[in-house]
Amino acid sequence: MKVYLDNNATTLVDPHVFEAMEPFFVQKYGNPNSLHAFAGETHPHIKTAMEKIYAGINAKKEDSVVITSCATESNNWVLKSVYFEYILTGRKNHIIVSEVEHPSIIATAKFIESMGCRVTYLPINNEGLIEAQSVRDNITNKTALVSVMWANNETGAIFPIEEIGAICEEKKVLFHTDAVQAIGKLPINIQTFNVDYLTFSAHKFHGPKGVGALYMKKGKELMPLLHGGAQMGGHRSGTLNVPGIIGMGKAMEQAVDALDFEMSEIREMRDHFEDELLKIEDTFVVTPREKRTPNTILISFRGIEGESMLWDLNRAGIGASTGSACASEDLEANSVMEAIGADEDLAHTAIRFSLSRYTTQEELDYTLDVVKKAVARLREISSSYSYAPDGHKSGLTAGH
Amino acid sequence: MGMDSLIGGTIWDQYSDKVAELMNNPKNMGDIKQEEAEAMGAKLIVADFGAESCGDAVRLYWAVDPKSDVIVESKFKSFGCGTAIASSDTMAELCKGKTVQEAVKITNIDVEMAMRDTPDVPSVPPQKMHCSVMAYDVIKKAAGQYLNVDMESFEEEFIVCECARVSLSTLKEVIRLNNLTTIEQITDYTKAGAFCKSCIKPGGHEAKDIYLVDLLEEYEKEKMATTADSMAAGADVDFAQMTVVQRLKAVDKVIDDNIRQMLIMDGGDMEILDIKENGAHFDIYIRYLGACSGCASSSTGTLFAIENILKEKVDENIRVLPI
Repeated sequence: MKVYLDNNATTLVDPHVFEAMEPFFVQKYGNPNSLHAFAGETHPHIKTAMEKIYAGINAKKEDSVVITSCATESNNWVLKSVYFEYILTGRKNHIIVSEVEHPSIIATAKFIESMGCRVTYLPINNEGLIEAQSVRDNITNKTALVSVMWANNETGAIFPIEEIGAICEEKKVLFHTDAVQAIGKLPINIQTFNVDYLTFSAHKFHGPKGVGALYMKKGKELMPLLHGGAQMGGHRSGTLNVPGIIGMGKAMEQAVDALDFEMSEIREMRDHFEDELLKIEDTFVVTPREKRTPNTILISFRGIEGESMLWDLNRAGIGASTGSACASEDLEANSVMEAIGADEDLAHTAIRFSLSRYTTQEELDYTLDVVKKAVARLREISSSYSYAPDGHKSGLTAGH
Repeated sequence: MGMDSLIGGTIWDQYSDKVAELMNNPKNMGDIKQEEAEAMGAKLIVADFGAESCGDAVRLYWAVDPKSDVIVESKFKSFGCGTAIASSDTMAELCKGKTVQEAVKITNIDVEMAMRDTPDVPSVPPQKMHCSVMAYDVIKKAAGQYLNVDMESFEEEFIVCECARVSLSTLKEVIRLNNLTTIEQITDYTKAGAFCKSCIKPGGHEAKDIYLVDLLEEYEKEKMATTADSMAAGADVDFAQMTVVQRLKAVDKVIDDNIRQMLIMDGGDMEILDIKENGAHFDIYIRYLGACSGCASSSTGTLFAIENILKEKVDENIRVLPI
């Protein structure tokens, strides 16, 4: 059996999305900016797709939702353009980001920091959450931008975006949120709170890879990151990715339609699966489930290093993930687990399961069974977990 | 760089089949109990190394025949990734039948080699080499317990890069002999720093006493001090080997001794603005002061005289450029 539980990394393309994209490769392949019928026949489709994308976040027509190549581009765009427009010109000298942002924010923040911008990295609390008050505490009259993600990719923790938006409005600071993990999992209505920029990406909600977007509120448009032929109203040059835009439009429509299902059925399946996992001795989940996206579980199995767990899951056909230690090239512990700072022995033990609307109960039952066997096997190997009842009791290491 | 580095791949693709097999079915996993050791007429040794919070921890069990010092049984337990488990297993296997004194000679490199499918293809990706080091450390710990000595006493030399087992003395010698100035050069010459990278500079996976950047800095200082000493002693020092400040001083001294007085007699003077390396040449930028600025000879005869003196006394590749 093959089970995919890594939907926060990427998702399968909804067959309806794929179907909608198909005509735009071989049949309607024109460059929309050309002056002939090959271009013209794409226009109504692009317009419909854009309307769906606008509707998905409830953007106003006068706002700009610019299609990019990925969320990484959108996030780079916000930070680098703020650097060029506000920091380099000396109008401001400071930005604020959370310490658990996606690397496309953290690495870009580090880069502009190296160019002379002051950067505050907001800490998360022991539940893995950002406190809005910490934003207020760190804003100065030289702060140009606050960037805090809507939901965290590793824990699923939902951050207080509306409160932070209100603080930024009051303090007249630009506010950006990376909503990559929120679309299709939480209701998104940007007219109900203050936000200037919002990033999302199609492949996280059953759309194609290679298509992202940046929402920019009217009057807050940033200078372009990509200069060239002035496509996308001059905001973002580069030939339009027509099949990608069509795919993102369809995927957004499907995600909006499926939101209730995601927030009820998927949440219930997730909760039940989590309850069963937590019945295994010495397992820990950090963020309370009502403060998480409905599809995500980050769970620690004491005494089992994350990569070993992934190894056993993978052998049984299950795809999950760990941001920790050995699975990545840099050997470091999971940054979120470290940031929570609860128990350092657990920093290398976290595994993330992320569901989608395609996940079945049968798949979760199978996964649970595999996890139980893997825990038994790996704890028996483990030097730090005295699993076997008649295990070595020399007193050299107490075990747990 | 190049195509292979552009897309990357999972680290698991780089595990040998042996590593994968040992991860799935470790042969020597488990413990040895006191009564089991006694039944073999052996002494039980249990050694721990690493910590869960660092992401790796291993425990080694030995049953050692006290008469011959031979390890009759060897088992392990491990908190760690696939490489940690596979290399601990291989290490436990390699210990069997050896005396304790022989076992301490097993290094992480032996363990890694033993896990290869083919002799010239590494069994684990570079960043995983670190995990096999622990297998080596725990042997030293166990042997130290058995022989009742400190585990550090088994190291004849101070090891800077544990993954590639490169000693401090080797590194110092290679840096000096080849006049190395970058980390990349050190890695090319010695393989130090090619694996987990902890030894390159502070802030890596593991804290170290000595880093490669320290050795480079030390060598730079050493070179600088040597030139300064020989210059002070009046020895002929190669201009190319000097630091910027030393070059400036050397040029200034020659000008003071040979040129400046003549310029002052004519109511002028000159100053050095900069010295730049330009291919094979050293371009010395000067500015004339007082009567010299505007004097017709300042761009012809005087200039040639200054340049010739500097060429003769300092370095033949000098060019003088008035601004």
